[in-house]
Amino acid sequence: MLKQNLILIAAVAGLAVAPLFIHRDGKAEFSGSDGQAEALITEIRPDYQPWFSPLWEPPSGEIESLLFALQAAVGAGLIGFYFGRRSATPKTPRSPSAENRAG
Amino acid sequence: MHIMEGYLPVSHALGWAALSLPFVAYGARKIIRTLEEKPETKMLLAASGAYVFVLSALKIPSVTGSCSHPTGTGLAATLFGPSVTAVLGTIVLLFQALLLAHGGLTTLGANVFSMAIAGPFIAYGLYRGLTRAGASMAVAVFFAAALGDLATYCVTALQLALAFPDPVSGVFGAAVKFLAVFAPTQAPLAISEGLLTVVVMNLLSRYSADELKALAPATGKA
Repeated sequence: MLKQNLILIAAVAGLAVAPLFIHRDGKAEFSGSDGQAEALITEIRPDYQPWFSPLWEPPSGEIESLLFALQAAVGAGLIGFYFGRRSATPKTPRSPSAENRAG
Repeated sequence: MHIMEGYLPVSHALGWAALSLPFVAYGARKIIRTLEEKPETKMLLAASGAYVFVLSALKIPSVTGSCSHPTGTGLAATLFGPSVTAVLGTIVLLFQALLLAHGGLTTLGANVFSMAIAGPFIAYGLYRGLTRAGASMAVAVFFAAALGDLATYCVTALQLALAFPDPVSGVFGAAVKFLAVFAPTQAPLAISEGLLTVVVMNLLSRYSADELKALAPATGKA
C-alpha cells in the first residue's frame, strides 16, 4: 500500500509541476478558469451587469492567499489528526470507549 | 467552477437555489441519522469534509496554461453518499463566498448544484456501478472521484450557457464555448483528484476498517 501511495503522490505532483515546464516560454498566464469564464460572459453579453456584489472582499491578494492557506491548513490539520488517531490505535474497539478517548 | 457573485440572472439564481435546497435539507437529516446510528463514523465524516476544504482551496496549474481547483467531493460521496456530501460542499462554498469573494450568495444555489450535488451523485453512481461490475476499490474510486470532479465543471459550463446563450449559436454554442474554458484545464486536475482520493482510500482501508464496515451498506460493499 505504501509503495502504491508513494507512486500515486508522485504522479499527482508530476501533473501539477509538468505544466510549469511545458509553458517555460512565459506566455501562459496561469490565470483561473473561473475568471476566464467571467471574461467569456462579458464577451457574449457585453451589457451584462452583475446585480449583486460580494458582501466582503479580501482587501488584497495577500489576505486572499492567507485565507486560502487557512482553508487548506484547517482541512489538512483535521485529516492529519484523523489518521494520527487511527494509525495510533490500529484495532479500534467497536464502541467509542474511554480508552479511545485517552490519547 | 465558482460562478461569481451576481453573475446569474435573478430567475436562474432562484431556480438553482430551489433545486439545490431539498438535496441539502435531506443531506442534513441524513447526517443526523448517520451520527445517531453510527457515531463511530463522526471523525471520518469530519475528515471527509476536511478533504473538500483542502482540495477546493488548491488552485493548481494545468497543461492548458490556466489554473483551476479540484473539488474533493468524491471521497465523501463514495463513503457517505451524495446527499451528505451536498451538506459538506455547501459549507465549503459558503466559507468561500463569505470570506474569499469566490462564488457568491446569489450564485450559491448554482454552485452547490454543480459541486456539491451533480459531481457527488455522478461519483457515487460510478463507484457503485463499477464495484458491482467487479472493479477493484482503487479503480472504482479513481473513476468516481475523477469524473465527479470533471462533471462538476461541465455542469457549471451548462449553467452559464443557459444563463448566457450565444447571440448567434444559442445555448448550445455557448455551452461549447464554456466547456472549452473549463474542461481541458480541468481534465488533468480531475486525474489528480482521482489519484489522491485512491491514496486516501488506501489509508482508510488500512487504518479505518471498522468505520468502512459500518458504512458498508451506504457504499454498496455489503
